[in-house]
Amino acid sequence: MAKQRVKFTFPTELIKEPVIWKLGREFDLVTNVRRADVTEDRGWVVLELEGDIGEIERGVRWVQGQGVRVDPVPGDIVEG
Amino acid sequence: MTFARNLRCRECGRLYPLDPVHVCEFCFGPLEVFYDYRALARTLTRARIERGPPTMWRYADLLPCEAETAVDIGTGMTPLLRAANLGRLLGLNRLYIKNDCQNPTWSFKDRVVSVASSVARQFEFDTLACASTGNLANSVAAHAARAGMKAIVFIPADLEQGKIVGSAVYGPTLVAVDGSYDQVNRLCSELSDKYPWAFVNINVRPYYAEGSKTLAYEVCEQLGWQAPDHCIVPMASGSLFTKIYKGIKELAWLGLVDWRATRMSGAQAEGCCPIVEAWQRQSFDVRPQKPNTIAKSLAIGNPADGYYALKTLAHTSGEGVAVSDDEIVEGIRLLAETEGIFAETAGGVVVAALKRLAQQGRIGGDELVVAFITGAGLKTQEAVAQRLQPPLAIQPTMASFEEALSERMGALPASRRG
Repeated sequence: MAKQRVKFTFPTELIKEPVIWKLGREFDLVTNVRRADVTEDRGWVVLELEGDIGEIERGVRWVQGQGVRVDPVPGDIVEG
Repeated sequence: MTFARNLRCRECGRLYPLDPVHVCEFCFGPLEVFYDYRALARTLTRARIERGPPTMWRYADLLPCEAETAVDIGTGMTPLLRAANLGRLLGLNRLYIKNDCQNPTWSFKDRVVSVASSVARQFEFDTLACASTGNLANSVAAHAARAGMKAIVFIPADLEQGKIVGSAVYGPTLVAVDGSYDQVNRLCSELSDKYPWAFVNINVRPYYAEGSKTLAYEVCEQLGWQAPDHCIVPMASGSLFTKIYKGIKELAWLGLVDWRATRMSGAQAEGCCPIVEAWQRQSFDVRPQKPNTIAKSLAIGNPADGYYALKTLAHTSGEGVAVSDDEIVEGIRLLAETEGIFAETAGGVVVAALKRLAQQGRIGGDELVVAFITGAGLKTQEAVAQRLQPPLAIQPTMASFEEALSERMGALPASRRG
């Protein structure tokens, strides 16, 4: 089993969508939210995904396909 | 000796031992080095610092590792120059330039990598790693060579040859990744989980970031142990910006400088300004951007320390400024033509921001202002090359020379023979 820490950033139109619940239902993944900030027009959630590495990758691609931005928890790693 | 005692979560405050970890296990917040300031206050004096080596390691007491085991390639104590010409032009009577182009690999990254590589060696890592398009790659490769460590440096597949040489010469393993910026970020994040490497800005980031504080210490010492009224700093991840402020605060807590309520202003390029954009909205919510600017060294669309940079801007009544690519080029030229310093694009961002703040009256003419120039211009020549006057092309005759010169200057200068 692998674990990956990610940050989801939601655009306004997806704030009311239960994306994380769907992710856990559609894929064999355990989602574990650690920190979040959601307002009426914007939201981000820092969470851990646990499951098979291939399943995590498929799940992340699906979340991105929904219009959610997915980033590593430390922010951008590539520096100048 | 080091007075570092713990890592502390910047979000929930939980304490951790000084290990190679960077994220709080509970809330996934970033960790920061925490020092025993009471013990520091009993030990640290101006004289003790002044007796130290002429490098950043004279401030080892305020860093998370011992000076004796530091990986030191001669970083720090770079010049702080009174910029009288540029100051006169901008109406700033007390303007200084901190010229960090003069570090061993020609950028301030040597400060952070010197600390990261020293700590990595203490933790018995044998490999230093990073993902970079320029300055960080150069510095990691150089420090690994000095430390006798292996280096793995990830670069974009389309990086220009000239930029590869500045890293390749030190003998690292260079890995050219054919993928988007976001894909490279995700890959490096996964690699740092999988391999036992010291990824300088991931698993040893809390230590790495501390190196930036030495810029503040040096400036205060070079000003005769006083803090500036106003700092103008380039912002990429926002780490440098917040750590310069932390350094000034530490010196004030320890009684080494008087507290002056230094204002911290941050500069970004319009083509990648997530921190300034949030500041303009008066929000602490940083919205990631896709970078599109010539200031590649500042092109971080999702800045790790953006939120903390915004807090510093707000806390110090600083200004956030975003400048266009044209202003950046003009800034590079202005600094070169007035003070004889050839900065890279990040320096152009700082000078352009300084100019705008001065023209709009957002900096007072008598404020003691320090502009931080963090990298040398030879690394980003392409940014200005097309905008410079070409050389005069002449035949090897006096007539040809004088004809070309009078065309360029409008008239010939007076000759010695009258």
